[in-house]
Amino acid sequence: MAVFKLKINGKTQEVDVAEDTPLLWVLRDHINLVGTKYGCGIAQCGACTVHIDGKAMRSCSLPISGMEGKSITTIEGLSENGDHPVQQAWLKHDVPQCGYCQAGQIMSAAALLKENSNPNDDEIDLAMNGNICRCGTYLRVKAAIKTAAKMG
Amino acid sequence: MTLIKTKYNRRSFLKVSSAAGGGMVLGFSWFASCNPTPEQIKAMPKEWFDINGFLKIGDTGIVTIMSPNPEIGQNVKTSMPMIVAEELDVDWKDVIVEQAGLNTVHFKRQLAGGSQSIRQGWQSLRMTGATARRMLMEAAAKKWEVPVEELTTNNGTISHEKTKQTVGYGEVASAAASIEVPEEVDLKDPKDFKIIGSSRKNVDAKKLVTGQPLFGLDLKKDGMLIAMIEHPPAFGMKLKSMDADAAKAMPGIKDVLTINTRPEGFEAQWSDTSAFNELVTIVGNSTWEVLKAKRALNIEWEVDTKLENSSDHEAEFLSLLDKPTDEPARQDGTPVDVFKNAAKIVERTFSAPFLAHNTMEPMNFYAHVTADKAELEGPIQTPEYLRKSVASLLGMTEDQISIMMTRMGGGFGRRLYGNFGVEAAAISKAVNAPVKLVYTREDDMTQGTYRPDYKVTYRAALDADGNMTAFHIRGAGTNGSPVFANRFPAGAVDNYLIENHTKESNISTGAWRAPRSNFIACAEQSFLDEVAEEAVKDPIEFRLSLFERAISNPVGEKNDYDAERYAGVLKLVKEKSNWGADTPGVFRGVSAYFCHNSYVAQVVDIVMKDNRPKVQKVWCAVDCGIVINPDAAKNQIEGGIVDGIGHAMYSQLTFKEGKPEQNNFHQYRLIRHSEAPDEIETFFVDNGIDPTGLGEPSLPPIAAAVANAMYKATGERLYRQPFAGEREILG
Repeated sequence: MAVFKLKINGKTQEVDVAEDTPLLWVLRDHINLVGTKYGCGIAQCGACTVHIDGKAMRSCSLPISGMEGKSITTIEGLSENGDHPVQQAWLKHDVPQCGYCQAGQIMSAAALLKENSNPNDDEIDLAMNGNICRCGTYLRVKAAIKTAAKMG
Repeated sequence: MTLIKTKYNRRSFLKVSSAAGGGMVLGFSWFASCNPTPEQIKAMPKEWFDINGFLKIGDTGIVTIMSPNPEIGQNVKTSMPMIVAEELDVDWKDVIVEQAGLNTVHFKRQLAGGSQSIRQGWQSLRMTGATARRMLMEAAAKKWEVPVEELTTNNGTISHEKTKQTVGYGEVASAAASIEVPEEVDLKDPKDFKIIGSSRKNVDAKKLVTGQPLFGLDLKKDGMLIAMIEHPPAFGMKLKSMDADAAKAMPGIKDVLTINTRPEGFEAQWSDTSAFNELVTIVGNSTWEVLKAKRALNIEWEVDTKLENSSDHEAEFLSLLDKPTDEPARQDGTPVDVFKNAAKIVERTFSAPFLAHNTMEPMNFYAHVTADKAELEGPIQTPEYLRKSVASLLGMTEDQISIMMTRMGGGFGRRLYGNFGVEAAAISKAVNAPVKLVYTREDDMTQGTYRPDYKVTYRAALDADGNMTAFHIRGAGTNGSPVFANRFPAGAVDNYLIENHTKESNISTGAWRAPRSNFIACAEQSFLDEVAEEAVKDPIEFRLSLFERAISNPVGEKNDYDAERYAGVLKLVKEKSNWGADTPGVFRGVSAYFCHNSYVAQVVDIVMKDNRPKVQKVWCAVDCGIVINPDAAKNQIEGGIVDGIGHAMYSQLTFKEGKPEQNNFHQYRLIRHSEAPDEIETFFVDNGIDPTGLGEPSLPPIAAAVANAMYKATGERLYRQPFAGEREILG
């Protein structure tokens, strides 16, 4: 066990965990931020996507020991009032079905739009292919990203 | 308005009212958790009045409607309360929806499965709203001393035209709560619906997009420990011995033990399907600590029964398909003779592999078992049956056990089988603490209750003019055949034979979104396409001529479908897709199927992009009767299409020596963004018929529509799922 100083959603927090603990479980079990989801544990499904220094990363595969000094953003910290353009677009298109993967989808989409404010279909596919939705909401995800791009 | 007798008799309904306090002012512990939407005009109430088990009305007129059924993404948490709100006649903006726990006194059939929540709930949900509306009106009539028949309602306000008086529901809610429950109520004429038939957003959407805790895996309770299980690595194996010393010594670990979920005398429900009942359990403080200890376990397993291989299944199915059955599931006319004299026989065999459910939220459940009660909470499609199983496991009565349903991160049938809930209860009892059992993805994918593997042979006899004179289906599947005896084209062909073979297996199988249909629709609709081609007929006209026959002069008396509605969706999709207008470089396929009392027809356009097929557009015509929430209904249809394409194209679970050869998404392929259709356009038939199933029916036909279009694109028919298989072109 060791103490790690983390910057999460703009706040500095300390956790005392084993150094190989993935960021995902630190968020969920120790900091009580459960919006970031567990789906596969091997960076294949994207449910656990967070932003590390603004880039979309899979938190299930990031040991906490490498997280000090980085700026970590989770779905809870994407916006103050849940009104990030991507979140608004998701509501407008009523994207979720079961909703479990959607936090990860939103985090991937927000990171994409930060890099590329007007992505085409192929660029959206490329950025979003790491996020699985078993309910099959992909068309609405794509439509919502385009709406968010216009709002942004 | 239509006068409808309430199905609840007075006594049972009164019991409900008095049990809930009938007229008493009730304070609800969940009050603090109610999040009014910003759009709400009315203030949050200080007091709430219980009208019946379904709804509570606050003094300001805000209404809380309980959503009785489990929410697995089919959106019933929005659509079921919409039905109540419609008949109650309130503004949807003034409605708060809360998930109900298991309560068999108040609610009927709290089950998510078979696309039946709306179908089965339709009348009773309407009457619940209408009954409450009537009680509010009677309270107002009493107050004003006027006949109740002279009152009207509109958006939560009661009016008396003659005396120009109006009152809000909230102001008479207290008095209404003690009004006797009416034996008859008026239901709205569907043409007067204001909420049903207009799109309303998912009531949980804001919480979902901001990452609020809603799912079982998100639960956190005082003193709660995390538990994981280790099940045998192969079907047909069991625990031999375990060395837990290393794992027990690891940080954060409380205990490592074995549990048995089928003790002597356990009364299993249909929902208890697990192949693995003796499990190693690791309990500790945090998920990662428990996961590390799980990996450090030293367990010896031994062969218990048979270790099966996918290749053996293949061979056994082929041998079964060579044999007639003793008792056909259906026979019309003299099919054997007609086949002997046929001008042409078309025979094709179709197969599909096992599939895992792969809900994005892996199985999990919370349980806290004490000496005299058990509290359970988590994602479950069948809470009523879970309670029976847990009662039997713990030797308790059902009223000692409470079950709360959380929103589910997908179900697709997997959460009909609540072994994980039983396991959580067993673990909590064993360690004498509240626990949350969490499956890893690997546990989840290799644990069982799969869509069975199937193989089926279709044969059609054609006469010299290309008319189909006989039809024969012989099916085989693990733990059951996929063939339905009385579905299309039964009823449309004079000579008809259905034969079903079952291969018993120790690999546990169960319902998977649109059970049996999820495979058989593809086989049937791919085959009919090929028969149409052999008969030199347009595939849609060929199908329509069969429906014509089933309408004008049906064969046999037991045909499950309504041929007119079936033909109706096919004609609609033909018109909407402009069938027949060929575009160079675009390849079309069609398919139609009936299941869950609903009718779906689809046309797909495929283009070749970088030498790979891409579904450019899907036209989908649906007849599911009255549509409650149109945009959400479209979402379901789109999801079923994407899901259906994905599994037919890419997914499979195979076995070697009883062991699943795929255990996570690096090996088990699910459809991804870039593989989804570019566009899906959905058309609902507007016929005013009571609603039928919606969560499943769009999935079964799509695989055949794609296969038929792929044939046009490549010249190759697809008989074996997953279509991608080893094919470079699809890979």
